This record gives sequence, structure tokens and C-alpha cells, in this order.
Amino acid sequence: MKAPSFDYVKVQSLPELLGVLVERGDDAKIIAGGQSLVPTLNMRLSAPEILIDINGLEELKGIAVADGYLRIGALTRHYELGRSDEVAAHAPLLAQALPHIAHEAIRSRGTFGGSIANADPAAELPACLLALRGRLVIAGQNGERTVDVADFFHGLYETAIEPEEVLVAAEIPVLGGGERAAFDELVMRHGDYAIVGLAAMAKADGEILSDVRLSFFSVEGKPVLAAAAADAVNGKPLNEEVLQAAQAALENDLDPLSDLYNTAATKLHLARVLTGRVLSKLASGGA
Amino acid sequence: MSTLYPVTVTVNGSPVTRHVEARLSLSDFLRQELELTGTHVGCEQGVCGACTVRLDGRITRSCLVFAVQADGGEIETVEGLSDNGEIDDLQTAFHERNALQCGYCTPGMLITANELLKKNPSASRAEIREELSGNYCRCTGYHAIVDAVETTGRQRQGGAK
Repeated sequence: MKAPSFDYVKVQSLPELLGVLVERGDDAKIIAGGQSLVPTLNMRLSAPEILIDINGLEELKGIAVADGYLRIGALTRHYELGRSDEVAAHAPLLAQALPHIAHEAIRSRGTFGGSIANADPAAELPACLLALRGRLVIAGQNGERTVDVADFFHGLYETAIEPEEVLVAAEIPVLGGGERAAFDELVMRHGDYAIVGLAAMAKADGEILSDVRLSFFSVEGKPVLAAAAADAVNGKPLNEEVLQAAQAALENDLDPLSDLYNTAATKLHLARVLTGRVLSKLASGGA
Repeated sequence: MSTLYPVTVTVNGSPVTRHVEARLSLSDFLRQELELTGTHVGCEQGVCGACTVRLDGRITRSCLVFAVQADGGEIETVEGLSDNGEIDDLQTAFHERNALQCGYCTPGMLITANELLKKNPSASRAEIREELSGNYCRCTGYHAIVDAVETTGRQRQGGAK
């Protein structure tokens, strides 16, 4: 179908954007890459009175390293993330996840911030951010505030961003010594939404993993850290016994939502399969 | 509600200006305003790939961009890439290998495959399939398309047409 009628404004500065948000409130919707928003408009699942195009906002662009953090502007396109040397060096988890996000033509336009602000439960980047212990920079009328990723995702498509605010950037602690990343997801066909996905970080000393973070997506309404499974692994050499203990512990960590094609039990099983693959990858080198 | 917004874009090398509704997709702009009907519209939700064009040098779903957003941009469609010869070899290979039946997906397939071969002319069959996974074809079963893309890649590597 075709999108319903709406007004359109392309804002040129952050203050202008915040002004329009205050003025138009709930009637307005921000458009960045539009790769999730436009389908919802075309399917008439959403009908804002005005679209505010933020693609011209220089304040939301760029990738930089400062004070131990990798800062990624919200308007960074997926393809830019994928070819960034800074991202590859300081947040290899993102570089690993990127080829799994949709297709080349979508990555041309889709944005890093859009994926995070949209908070689709099947999206890769929110789960990566959780595993990376990132923080989100949000701008509003009263200036900028920073929200830890642990407090950012509230549920299905819900985040800490208030209606009159906008996501400016994410800040991610740069890769520490001995830290490794591993990412995998199960899909019917490359580029589809994952049935289950796993973004993981750990510190590695030979085969012994510690500070393990297993961030699952497409399992619950928001990305979820599997703490019990991580505890089963932390500080031990990864062998078959430890791996099975971690896989068993997932029952305490995850409460999968069934979908049209997969039951909760199937998803839990697949989460265990992924856990085996990803932990093995972490222990054998990761990235 | 139907405010008109000015859009000036370069399409296949020629500048054009129109006044359009904000809700008009770039794909419908190309087809209805400019009568460039080589860009096909399938799903209108970014899934099928039939509407793929090049916008500012990068392949993009034209059903997921509003024409008004493309203002100031440079657009290349299958007509442009066909006229300038850029995909001549790929078109020939599709024809010779019967890599199309109804032809609905073909413009998107050509543009996506061309992008892959520019980056990686020696792409394996698995890589070709992965790259084309965002372009649906309901006729061919894909084998012939992969054959045609692979053949063109080999030719481009060899420097022969």
C-alpha cells in the first residue's frame, strides 16, 4: 500500500528539531534511515501528521574515540559502521554483527541510532550494545542526558527516550585487553529477522573465560543478558561439562516469546545451540 | 493535506524538478512522474528488492525513500545503467542463461548483482546467493540467475566482455 498523507519538514539543526518536537508532540515522527518506519507507514500501521527528517543534522553524525569510549553518532549508516576502522578496532562485536543486518540496499540507508531507538526485539544492534555495556546520549529541551544501556530498553519498541527527545549517539567502552567478541544468529534465510540471536563478550585468559556477557535478542520483548549461563562459565576452562551447564542454566535466564513459526520451547533449544557455538568461538579466539 | 513539496534530482544524468506530495515514494516518483517504469514496485515494504535503484552512488530500496527526501540527490535506474552500458554484459548473460521468466524482479536483480560484481567479481556461488537474498524471484528458482551472475563475474575478471 501507499503511505497516508503527512506534512514534511527537514530540520537543519538540533535546536530546530527539538522545537518542532515540542510544538507538534505526538503528531510528529522522526525519520532517519526510514527502513523500519516507511514499511509501517506503507502498511498504514502508523499515521503521523508530520515527518521530521533529521538526515541533515551534522550533530548526529560521525564516529570518534575519546576518553576510553567509542562514540557513534545516531545517524551513522549501517554501511558506514561496517567499513569503519575505529569500529573494527574498538568494538569488533558490532563489525561481526553488521553483515547479518538485512541486505546491502537496506544498510545503505538504515541508521545505527534508528535501530537502537526503534528497539525492535529482533534487531542486532540493541543486543550488541547491551553486551558492550554502552550508554546512550539523549538530547531534549534541558540539554543532554546519558542513560546506561541497562536502563534504556524498556520493552517491545519501548525505550528511555521521551516523546520530546532524540537519540544523539551511543558511547561504548573501547575493547579492553584480553576482551573478545562473538556474534551469531539463526535465520531461515540470510538477512531475515533472526529466530534467535546472540551477541557476546568475554575476557579470555587462554581457554578460561571471565566477565562473560551473553546478550540474546529475538527471544523476549527486549534484549536480555543471560546471567546464570554466564555464571556457569565464568572462571572455568571451557569444556563439554561447563558448556552443558551453561546451556542448562539458560532455562533460568530466558522466558522466550513464541512467534508464528517457533514455540517458546524451540526458541530455548535454539538459544542453547547458539550458546554452544558462541562460547566455543569466544574460547578459541573470538575477535 | 496535500501540500506539494519541490523536488530537484538528477536522474540518469538529467536534472528534473517536480512538485510532489510528501507521501510519494521515490519508486512511484520515478514511475509516475518521470515514466521510468523499469523500476518495479513489488512489496512496498523493502523486502522484495524489485524497486532497487542507485541513490547517491549506493543501492537503495526506492519504495523506502520518499521522493522529497531525495531532493538534491543523484539517482540511477535500470534505464540509465542499461543506456550507458554499465550492465550490458550482465543483461546479455541473463538473456543467454534464461535467468528471467516474467522479468518482474530483473531490474532489481541486475542492479544488486552489478553492485556485488563491482566489489567482488570473483564472488562464489554462496556469496552471490547471500548478496541476492534480499531480491525475490518467484519464477526461476534462482539457479539460472546465480549462473548468469557467476558467468559475468568471470568475464569481468578476465577483462573480456
